[in-house]
Amino acid sequence: MTLASELVLIAVGAAVINNFVLHYFVGICPFIGVSRRVDMAFGMGCAVTFVISVAALLSWTFTFYILRPGAPLTSWAVRSVTGKADATLDLSILNYIVYIFVIASSVQLVEMYVRKFFPRLYKSFGVFLPLITTNCAILFACLEIMKHVSVGAGGGAWGAGGGAAWGLAQAMTLAIAGGLGFTIAIVIMAGIREELDHCDLPEALKGPGITLLIAGILALAFMGFSGVDKTLSGLMGGAQ
Amino acid sequence: MAQDGPTGLERFINGILPENPVYRQVLGMCPTLAVTGNMKAAMTMSAAVAFVLICANIMTSLIRDLLRPHLRILVFTLTIAAFVTVADRALAAYLPEMSKELGPYVPLIIVNCIIICRCEVCASKQRVLIAASDAMGQSMGFALALASIATIREILGTGAWFGVPVMGTWWPEWGIMVLPPGAFITLGALLGVANWLGTMRSGKAATGEK
Repeated sequence: MTLASELVLIAVGAAVINNFVLHYFVGICPFIGVSRRVDMAFGMGCAVTFVISVAALLSWTFTFYILRPGAPLTSWAVRSVTGKADATLDLSILNYIVYIFVIASSVQLVEMYVRKFFPRLYKSFGVFLPLITTNCAILFACLEIMKHVSVGAGGGAWGAGGGAAWGLAQAMTLAIAGGLGFTIAIVIMAGIREELDHCDLPEALKGPGITLLIAGILALAFMGFSGVDKTLSGLMGGAQ
Repeated sequence: MAQDGPTGLERFINGILPENPVYRQVLGMCPTLAVTGNMKAAMTMSAAVAFVLICANIMTSLIRDLLRPHLRILVFTLTIAAFVTVADRALAAYLPEMSKELGPYVPLIIVNCIIICRCEVCASKQRVLIAASDAMGQSMGFALALASIATIREILGTGAWFGVPVMGTWWPEWGIMVLPPGAFITLGALLGVANWLGTMRSGKAATGEK
């Protein structure tokens, strides 16, 4: 399989087939909390996509060069300290702590950048920007990347090496497509909830209850996408 | 430090039903939806969350005088991440199959809002014993909520409970209940029922006082 068709499969898989919200259940808190109006939902989706991309770039770099077993920088450091030519060090126990640190600091950076250069956008985001730190969708993307980078050797830095491990290209595709899938899901939900305001709901179901029920129906609809990836890979395999 | 608010025992009981993290505070939705396909996964997950919540609460309570306001969330998440690494490695060592089934949801405990919320609201202000009993109450409440959802989904979806068949062979396995849509619909319906019961009880209390 060529790099391009692999990237298309990853993108379609992350955006619609295994949608972050409706299939993996990550990012449910903003999905319920910020889906009241379409414009706010779209802003939240864009912010999450942006932070996911920055966090994926940083966490891929850290995982590939430092954290994974046999990573180049760590091996070099260990070898020069111990003086043994075959010494290795597995730092993957530090994965989670490094990821959460990367996410928290990239959210902080994005917040400072937006406040300085786009003050109006910053005002409309309000409290939601810092809340992105605890959005599971971002940590989930980092973990997926970790899973595919740590599988073994191979895979050049840009993803064209042809090995089993993911390069930067695959990681960034997963992150951007995943953020896009989150945006699609939250905007659809906000559109439905704007209409719901005119409905006569039972008192007990108002708020999270009805949102979850609708999300269930949306998830049923998105299940219709399963199998698209097999058809796509068949098509692209036939074209080669 | 002067003790304010409810005592440890009251906090323990509060966590189970009156302030149930899932049904009352609507926190920690991701694991609630993701791991409730069967009872075994749900109970393993509750145990992992309980371990991390109790350890993180005790640790935060011990270092509460050293915390600086602008850095506290970062300190909480790093503390939690350390304990989650312990829980994840232990699961992978002793229950490798369960660890595979839970997949990314064990590391995702790091960003579970319940734990950050308890560190912020309770542990960073209270003594160790109170923080620990608060954490135990909240984790009991979380385990109960997960058990209720997992029971419904597993029995309807596969006709079994803890893997033991209970419904007999006539039950047509309602497969959608163990798939993602079933999770959303079950939790939505249960939240509705919980709210309805809550308003009924508060309505009764109000008329009883008159």
